[in-house]
Amino acid sequence: MASNGMVRDYPLLATRYSLLSMNYEAVIGLEVHVQVKTRSKIFTRVATGYGLEPNTLTDPVVLALPGALPVMNRAALDAIIKAGLLLGCRIAPVCKWDRKNYFYPDSPKNYQISQYDQPLCLGGEVEIELPGPARNLMGEHKRIPLTRIHLEEDVGKLNHGAADSLIDYNRAGTPLMEIVSEPALHSAEEAFAYLTSLRATMIYGGISDCDMEKGQLRCDANISVRPVGESKLGTKVELKNLNSISFVRDGIAHEIKRQIAVLERGGTIVQETRDYDGMTGTSQSLRTKEEAHDYRYFPDPDLMPVVVDEEWKNRIRAGCPELPFDKQRRFIAQYRLPYTLTSVLVWDRELADYFEAAVKAAGEDRAQSVGNWIANDLLRELGKAAPAAVSAGAEGGLSDPHGRFRIPPAQLAELVRLVEAGTVLMNAAKEIFVEMFATGEAPGVIADRRGLKVAAGDAGELEQWCRDAIAGNAKALAEFKAGKDSAINAFKGPVMKAAKGRANPKLVDETLRRLLAGN
Amino acid sequence: MAGLFYQTIARLSADLAAKKLSAVELTQAVIARAKAVEPRIRAFNSFDESDALAQAAESDARRAAGRSRGSLEGIPIGLKDVIAVQNQPLTASSRMLANFVSPYDATVTTRLKAAGAILFGRLNCDEFAMGSSTENSAFHPTANPWDVTRVPGGSSGGSAAALAAGEAIATLGSDTGGSIRQPAAFCGVVGLKPTYGLVSRYGLIAFASSLDQIGPFARTVGDAAVLLGAIAGHDERDSTSYRVEIPDYAAALEGRRGPWKLGIPKEYFGAGLDPEIGAAVERAIDFYRGLGCEVREVSLPHTQYCLDTYYIIATAEASSNLARYDGIRYGHRASGAKDVVDLYFQSRAEGFGAEVKRRIILGTYVLSSGYYDAYYLRAQKVRTLIRRDFLAAYQQVDALITPTSPIPAFKLGEKSDPLAMYLCDVYTIGVNLAGLPGISVPCGFTAAGLPIGLQLIGQPFQEAQLLAIAHAYEREHEWSQRHPALASSG
Repeated sequence: MASNGMVRDYPLLATRYSLLSMNYEAVIGLEVHVQVKTRSKIFTRVATGYGLEPNTLTDPVVLALPGALPVMNRAALDAIIKAGLLLGCRIAPVCKWDRKNYFYPDSPKNYQISQYDQPLCLGGEVEIELPGPARNLMGEHKRIPLTRIHLEEDVGKLNHGAADSLIDYNRAGTPLMEIVSEPALHSAEEAFAYLTSLRATMIYGGISDCDMEKGQLRCDANISVRPVGESKLGTKVELKNLNSISFVRDGIAHEIKRQIAVLERGGTIVQETRDYDGMTGTSQSLRTKEEAHDYRYFPDPDLMPVVVDEEWKNRIRAGCPELPFDKQRRFIAQYRLPYTLTSVLVWDRELADYFEAAVKAAGEDRAQSVGNWIANDLLRELGKAAPAAVSAGAEGGLSDPHGRFRIPPAQLAELVRLVEAGTVLMNAAKEIFVEMFATGEAPGVIADRRGLKVAAGDAGELEQWCRDAIAGNAKALAEFKAGKDSAINAFKGPVMKAAKGRANPKLVDETLRRLLAGN
Repeated sequence: MAGLFYQTIARLSADLAAKKLSAVELTQAVIARAKAVEPRIRAFNSFDESDALAQAAESDARRAAGRSRGSLEGIPIGLKDVIAVQNQPLTASSRMLANFVSPYDATVTTRLKAAGAILFGRLNCDEFAMGSSTENSAFHPTANPWDVTRVPGGSSGGSAAALAAGEAIATLGSDTGGSIRQPAAFCGVVGLKPTYGLVSRYGLIAFASSLDQIGPFARTVGDAAVLLGAIAGHDERDSTSYRVEIPDYAAALEGRRGPWKLGIPKEYFGAGLDPEIGAAVERAIDFYRGLGCEVREVSLPHTQYCLDTYYIIATAEASSNLARYDGIRYGHRASGAKDVVDLYFQSRAEGFGAEVKRRIILGTYVLSSGYYDAYYLRAQKVRTLIRRDFLAAYQQVDALITPTSPIPAFKLGEKSDPLAMYLCDVYTIGVNLAGLPGISVPCGFTAAGLPIGLQLIGQPFQEAQLLAIAHAYEREHEWSQRHPALASSG
């Protein structure tokens, strides 16, 4: 749910930077690496995983032992096709593999199997939302064009000690997508919105969990600045190690300011790669263009090209979910939900699905009530629950898609209807909800057990039913006035009948006596 | 009768089945022979005598229990030292891997074990299979059993020499540009390079991935057929292995006796061909005519580009394939390196020999930015033309007949110029570039007593036919029953 807050919680949009003498415009392209969530590695059967004993997820292929050969994992290809379809890319008819040659100890073969001149996905776009004029108003939407998406293998991890460096190859061979945007972003905030949307899309598609702490999503930014009105791009600087979404925003903002300051001093931007340190908010040069690699790409002779036919694409297309912004537009149109509520609901696919299941059970007219319960109460309770308990719920979600939320959608719908019918009052309903979340019991059961159900008539009709009963029986009224106390019972029958038997007898008695006394 | 170690698989299998012979006896005989001749031949980088005898004892136990495995039960087979065998050294005859022990089996190894073979010894070769004489081995050269002052050919020289000297009943080699067929020709044995994709490369140390293919060395075409049957077939660990039906190659030998339509590629009989070899091949062609085969001249017009194309593609792939030997995870690591780049430089400088370095440098160059289109991409296009030449010829003929090598075995140290060495492969390289099957069968001897090889080139995945054509020649000639006079030559 973090993503929902992120869209909104940033300062005013700034695409123009004004410093001293000139107005500058920033031009930013992002290269995002997303680890694909497959059970086994991209070119061998060894499992993928995180946080395990070093070098336990290895075999001759991962370690590049003499004679080992790669074999493609089709599940990784499924995932990139899905990503491409979700982002509107053209899917290449053939998946071709190339070797990117360079020496580095984290790369066991000293070449990386990647896609060079024929990426699997070309074009496409990422829809982003910029901050609106107020928190409850939708911001401007933009479509950021993509250059390409290709698939490759992740490398191992180096751990540098004082005296030596250790290598863990557990990550090596994890399928990795590289998603390259056009240089079409113009501010740190746009980059932030882009990553937020891209990340949500990947999570929505079940392609990746995009946990940046686990390195499942990594971002490099190419940044240049130019005077406003200039059509030629300025010299670009690549910023690396932007390992959280807010570091991406802060790092880019910092780099834009740095470049403008250099230009304002009359200096020139050096084409280089810089390392951003999010903790200190500073960057330093890693290498300049002169040290750039010649990767000597060539087609990998160990892997045959794989034909991606229409049937394959259609099979993947059938499993593609509606994307968050499309869902948001639909929720607003179909359920008449306010923007603020939709922006709470749509960024978590399971939550949105849960909402729709509950609406289906409650009826579309009650969509806003259902949404309010989710946004206010369910998220609060989920937030209070221990993370372990929440994820345990998510595990259970394998068989029950809504298991993570504890309360079955039909029960939430029942609660909404109880409140609407006046059977329970709102304050009581809030208590019932907390208990539903804790115990999984149905709201009616809880209300009955705890005596929280409002008897019929509480909402004001009781007095009228009593008046009608008194007015309808002059004989009994006369007898009561004559001192025959038991005559009051003659009014109770019609009242109970009007209340369909659910009136509180004590309250009926009290009301009748009050009315008779006033008569 | 020649010693046990000169018998065919066919004969030995029959004797083993009839319990006239045990696998232990056979293995002991082969080991004794190896011990006797190795000081002169040096075909092996290492052999594990006790392991071989233990395997033989297990084979005998299986047979006694009625659980014999397959077509190679109890037969000692040597492997070129580029094919992985679990818990055995795997050196590629390189200093780089001098102390490397493989933790896993190649697919061919698994299949040989499944067929009951006794895997015996690591056979010498040119370092990383780069060479045509086995002189590029980092450890020692191997001698040709027919004349120990001469080379056995290469790169699978150890596999050919060991077989010719009776140090194994059959062996496996690998062929990237002729590395099975040329040493088979030099050593007077049968050597088969299968169609690219017929035999899994998993566990074969890669030289040039798109050209490498494992294949058998054997005394007879029939034995080669048995071996091929044991190792061929799709492997899910090798994406370049094909899903094709594997026929009973041995049974197919006798199935059809032709007549076949045979093509003589005119480009393979030009300048540089030793006249004695030319004459021997002509006699073989006459033999096929005598069988009623229609023999016609065909043209493979792009033959002149084979060598250049090969040395671009093979070196490009090698430069990348050999990048993994960096001293980081296994293999030779230089001491005293000051940083990781220095470690790479020193380890590779010390670990690789001159020919390997030459090819890595060539391959790195042709893949470099700005040269890729002119070299690698162009070479791949020419490769397609070369393959089309062959496929066009197969519109007219079933197979092609050529010499295997333009020259017989040359003297150790004779060819110090790399280009002169590369020319040894002029008749074999096209087959690799086109991905075709090729077999070398003995077809005579020079006046100096050196073996001559006849190369038959078949259509893709038509090994059964190719073996039948070779067998038709072999069964009417006695070349394979001759053995080098090693015992008396001392």
